[in-house]
Amino acid sequence: MSAIDMMGPPQKSGSVLGWLRRNLFSSIGNTVLTVIAAYLLWLTVPPLLNFAIFDAVWTGDTREACLGEGKGACWPLVWANFDQFIYGRYPASEIWRVNIVFALGFIALVPMLIPSAPAKRFNVILLLVVYPLIALVLLAGDRPGLPPVPTSEWGGLLVTLVVAVTGIVVSLPLGIVLALGRRSSMPAIRMLSIIFIEFWRGVPLVTVLFMASVMLPLFLPEGLSPDNLLRCLVGVALFSSAYMAEVVRGGLQAIPAGQYEAARAAGLSYWQTMGLVVLPQALRHVIPGIVNTFIGLFKDTTLVLIVGIFDILGQVRAQLSDPNWTVPQGALTGYLFAGIVFWIFCFGMSQYSNFMERRLNAGRGR
Amino acid sequence: MQKPVKRGSGMGISWYNPRVRSIAYQAGVLAAVIAVVWFFTATAQENLERLNISTGFGFLDTTAGFGIIQTLIPYTEQSSYGRAFLVGLLNTLSVAVIGIVLATMLGFVVGVARLSRNWLVAKIAAVYVEVMRNIPLLLQLFFWYFAVLRPLPGPADSIEALPGVFLSNRGLILPDPVLDAGAGLFFSALAVAIVAGYVLVRWARARQRATGRLFPALRVTAALIVVLPLLAWAVGGTPFHLEYATRGAFDFSGGVRLLPEFVALVLGLTLYTAAFIGEIVRAGIQSVDRGQAEAAAALGLKDSTTLRLVVVPQALRLIVPPLTSQILNLTKNSSLAVAIAYPDLVAVFAGTVLNQTGQAIEVIAITMAVYLTLSLATSLAMNWYNARIAFRER
Repeated sequence: MSAIDMMGPPQKSGSVLGWLRRNLFSSIGNTVLTVIAAYLLWLTVPPLLNFAIFDAVWTGDTREACLGEGKGACWPLVWANFDQFIYGRYPASEIWRVNIVFALGFIALVPMLIPSAPAKRFNVILLLVVYPLIALVLLAGDRPGLPPVPTSEWGGLLVTLVVAVTGIVVSLPLGIVLALGRRSSMPAIRMLSIIFIEFWRGVPLVTVLFMASVMLPLFLPEGLSPDNLLRCLVGVALFSSAYMAEVVRGGLQAIPAGQYEAARAAGLSYWQTMGLVVLPQALRHVIPGIVNTFIGLFKDTTLVLIVGIFDILGQVRAQLSDPNWTVPQGALTGYLFAGIVFWIFCFGMSQYSNFMERRLNAGRGR
Repeated sequence: MQKPVKRGSGMGISWYNPRVRSIAYQAGVLAAVIAVVWFFTATAQENLERLNISTGFGFLDTTAGFGIIQTLIPYTEQSSYGRAFLVGLLNTLSVAVIGIVLATMLGFVVGVARLSRNWLVAKIAAVYVEVMRNIPLLLQLFFWYFAVLRPLPGPADSIEALPGVFLSNRGLILPDPVLDAGAGLFFSALAVAIVAGYVLVRWARARQRATGRLFPALRVTAALIVVLPLLAWAVGGTPFHLEYATRGAFDFSGGVRLLPEFVALVLGLTLYTAAFIGEIVRAGIQSVDRGQAEAAAALGLKDSTTLRLVVVPQALRLIVPPLTSQILNLTKNSSLAVAIAYPDLVAVFAGTVLNQTGQAIEVIAITMAVYLTLSLATSLAMNWYNARIAFRER
């Protein structure tokens, strides 16, 4: 038997060179990968930065500022149309109402997101019941001191948020009811829930919106024709409820049968069992899933532009055909702006979902 | 002291009997549903009569009278609405199938890259996922179509990316592969190689079970599938050639043309869905316990064998169910084609045909039925596959 060769000293781990060697150039294959990756970066990142920042036009009042060879993004286009992107055609004198709605939503939402903030139950009611009603009154108006603003004048980020918040507010309770229905012991109710859920999950949102905008009016009595936005809200709400139901069902399935049995043994009725024992645990389990559904819903709100409602993306598209601002790089600038707005919202939500997931798993990890 | 209450049948018809209550609840809900359906049907009938909209599916045989920019089957303006429906359906399916294949491949690359030990590769994959996942698909489609593909130069100044591959505002032009006489030999050789490979793999597996002796069946099969057709190709006198498109002042002639709408849709769907598939693949691989690979190594399995026989089968069990829903999502998301005027099922049928006929109920019902069928068929197929690879406990 021969002795094992003596190993060399371990690589120095602190230095930059050591790090590079370990993480980028540890073998020939790895080095090739690094070179390919660096080439990819070199192809994409410098042009993007040049377009968005270094070659971009930052100031100016008309399209002329953005014309010319080698100019990047035309940011004055965004500054000049900023109000349209946020409020659509909402009358300028009434924009304060929208701002109050935004501010109230923010104030009600922040304590909801902080796990240690008190009075969660009160906060949920505030956010899901009281706030939407206040927002509806403020936005639609037709009250003393608040002149009516028809929904055809709403637009931009306002519509994006209205569609998303309505979807969220309706889909959460409806989704819970559907999930309970799907796990019910009554066959008729179970079947109806399954049919409802699988139907909405099986069809694309585009067809749902088409249905809401062209087919729904045929099913309503003459004279009763809710406006286009309201019809789309109904479609979006039903659609997202089905997805929410499946998320909640996942949480319900994770609750051990002993919890149900113990609650029933303690003499609680079905609704007490669900409301006091099962749902509080199940919903806490699926907070990340619920937030992910919200992210999907938020991205899907863009689809309303297909049936002629101007959300933020629709406003950006409409602005691109404005002759005052037709510049060659207009489309890229507009979509870059819209992309950044959506990215901030969705990335923020996904980071929150990750944070909650880590918190929920804190006890289980080692 | 209260009398002990017995559940169920012994109590007769009383509100405190859970079975009676259950039946009453169900009857109530069913009655409500039937009432709602009846109300809507009656209103719809009334409205249709009042607005003088014809009903039934007779319109499917009527002449359509509009053109479609991409048709996989013969179609003219004289064709019927039913034919237009088929054209739209095939366009949807072609985008979906190509998108699914590309997105799955790219998704696996992204998922593996995120777990790479190479810091740069892992970070690029992570940034890719976070950017793509958090921007709406519709916005990405607009970007590719309106900001990238449409502003491309016309045919005369088109970009020649590779010899015979042109990028212009008329779309992506590829060389047309033309089969000459003798190509049949090539395809029969390919078929023979695949069948032989299948038989070989089964034989090798059976022999290994019986005797424990290994046979490099996969490598031999791969060699067969490459070598046999190549031989046939050479014997048949290279029965393929590429017909390159020629670039004119206003348009191209020859070659295969992929419309910019098609390219934008496939590109957008692939890049978007690949980010989600990448995360699924990553989670699947990470879920396989490190000890599994270590145990396999301790048994003397090679790295590649460990991956193929130990890690991948276990990871697939976690990957397949969410992968199914991503495939379904991609199919449903292909309906966003309507926003960039690619003639898919929704654009052709629920768009143009609906506008021309006004028969909203029939058209929307047919469109939804198609997507429901596609969803159901995909989930059935994937459930079958999932049941095959599922972990069998005892």
